[in-house]
Amino acid sequence: MNELPGDLLYTKDHEWLRREDDGLVTIGITDHAQGALGDLVYVELPEIGQDVAEAGEMAVVESVKAASDVYAPIGGSIVAINEELADIPEKINSDPYGDGWIVRMQPTDTFDESTLMSPDDYQQFIDDLDD
Amino acid sequence: MGSKTALFEKHNEAGARIVDFGGWDMPLHYGSQKQEHHAVRQNAGAFDVSHMTIIDLFGEGVRAFLQYLVANDVAKLRDYGKALYTAMLNAGGGVIDDLIIYYISDTNYRLVVNAATRDKDLAWIREQAVFFDVGVSERAELAMIAVQGPNARQLAADSIAAEYRDAALALKPFYSLQAGGVFIARTGYTGEDGWELCMPAADAPEFWDQLLSSGVTPCGLGARDTLRLEAAMNLYGTDMDESISPLEAGLAWTIGWEPAERDFIGRGALEKLRSSPNRRQFVGLLLEDRGVLRNHQKVVVEGIGEGEITSGGFSPSIGKSIALARVPAGDYDRAMVEVRGKMLNVRIVKTPFVCNGKIRIDIEGEAL
Repeated sequence: MNELPGDLLYTKDHEWLRREDDGLVTIGITDHAQGALGDLVYVELPEIGQDVAEAGEMAVVESVKAASDVYAPIGGSIVAINEELADIPEKINSDPYGDGWIVRMQPTDTFDESTLMSPDDYQQFIDDLDD
Repeated sequence: MGSKTALFEKHNEAGARIVDFGGWDMPLHYGSQKQEHHAVRQNAGAFDVSHMTIIDLFGEGVRAFLQYLVANDVAKLRDYGKALYTAMLNAGGGVIDDLIIYYISDTNYRLVVNAATRDKDLAWIREQAVFFDVGVSERAELAMIAVQGPNARQLAADSIAAEYRDAALALKPFYSLQAGGVFIARTGYTGEDGWELCMPAADAPEFWDQLLSSGVTPCGLGARDTLRLEAAMNLYGTDMDESISPLEAGLAWTIGWEPAERDFIGRGALEKLRSSPNRRQFVGLLLEDRGVLRNHQKVVVEGIGEGEITSGGFSPSIGKSIALARVPAGDYDRAMVEVRGKMLNVRIVKTPFVCNGKIRIDIEGEAL
């Protein structure tokens, strides 16, 4: 089992969120999620400037096996999308917490990270799923 | 927990992702479904297909029984060992299951039917068999391994007893033989050359290990599905079921219309549908836009009507999404598919999409 990055926050839907120094947040899906989906073949990204509500559908990742929605861990406005995923969706498989990031978002003022899981809590969460 | 094949521990040891399939715990993949897919197209892959149901029919009446039971005509089986693909229909012409029939001897034919349909198939076959001099015997003690790919037979030959090796390698496509304890058939579900092998479950783990040490890649049901989709081979329960006749599932070629006096189950219903001008057609689709076609998405043919994708997915060989779809009658070569509220462009293409390692469709094809 790979160690979860300690500087990220996590959701029950297997997204991760990183608070960047410039106040933006970067969002992707976890290693557990990419492993469950299998080889990714297509990523449908949102438009830059689009507003998304907390828990709203933000992107779709499709593997050889199935399509899966990616939900926004927090509300905010999309300021960047990982355009490389259009041609190389498998970056999410190979580097889910790095090159496989999906969007950057300007969070709304009411951003409340207490709704998200710490690395330890998320680890416990996925361990319980495997039982 | 589902049923486990004789190879379950092998899959577990190899780190396979296990999923339920028709009540069986089966490997979905061993790491990368795409790599397993490519291994079969380029070299050789091994699949545990022990969940498939093997049924032996015995008796003097077995040929007459099969001529009544299935839509294709077993009279086409003239040589011992020859195999025939067919559908087994209900009285309404709907497909109860698709199966392969092997002609072992005049008093013994072997049927291989699907796993998820085992119970209803056995019940149906036994119900029909009471009118014939035939015994029905499920061979649950046999494991089944498919070895598929351009190098599959050569690599798998290492695992066959030396005395049978030459005869096994000399088998023509769609022929089979009994090689000691191993039943070898040159059949498959991938669009590649290869064998399907039945053997006592106790012998299967050693056979599997030997295949792998010969350089055959273990492959899961995920790759099996993308391979069969590229080869445009139907999946029961998805591309057809009891409400769909072979005529609307791309299986017209498996119906033995001649001789006209052979009265197989479902024949009357098929005859009616055969002359219907509104009979839906079963076609291949290639997605021209970005995205992935999936089962049950709506196909819209402008000015003609609507249909449905029965099997959709991503083709690792082509690098684009492909699908099988049931669409309205008519002569057209373009359509739209509704994917999450958007209409995407698809082209209707002649199947198979891929077989024997080569892409068979014109990917860049100009619209006619």
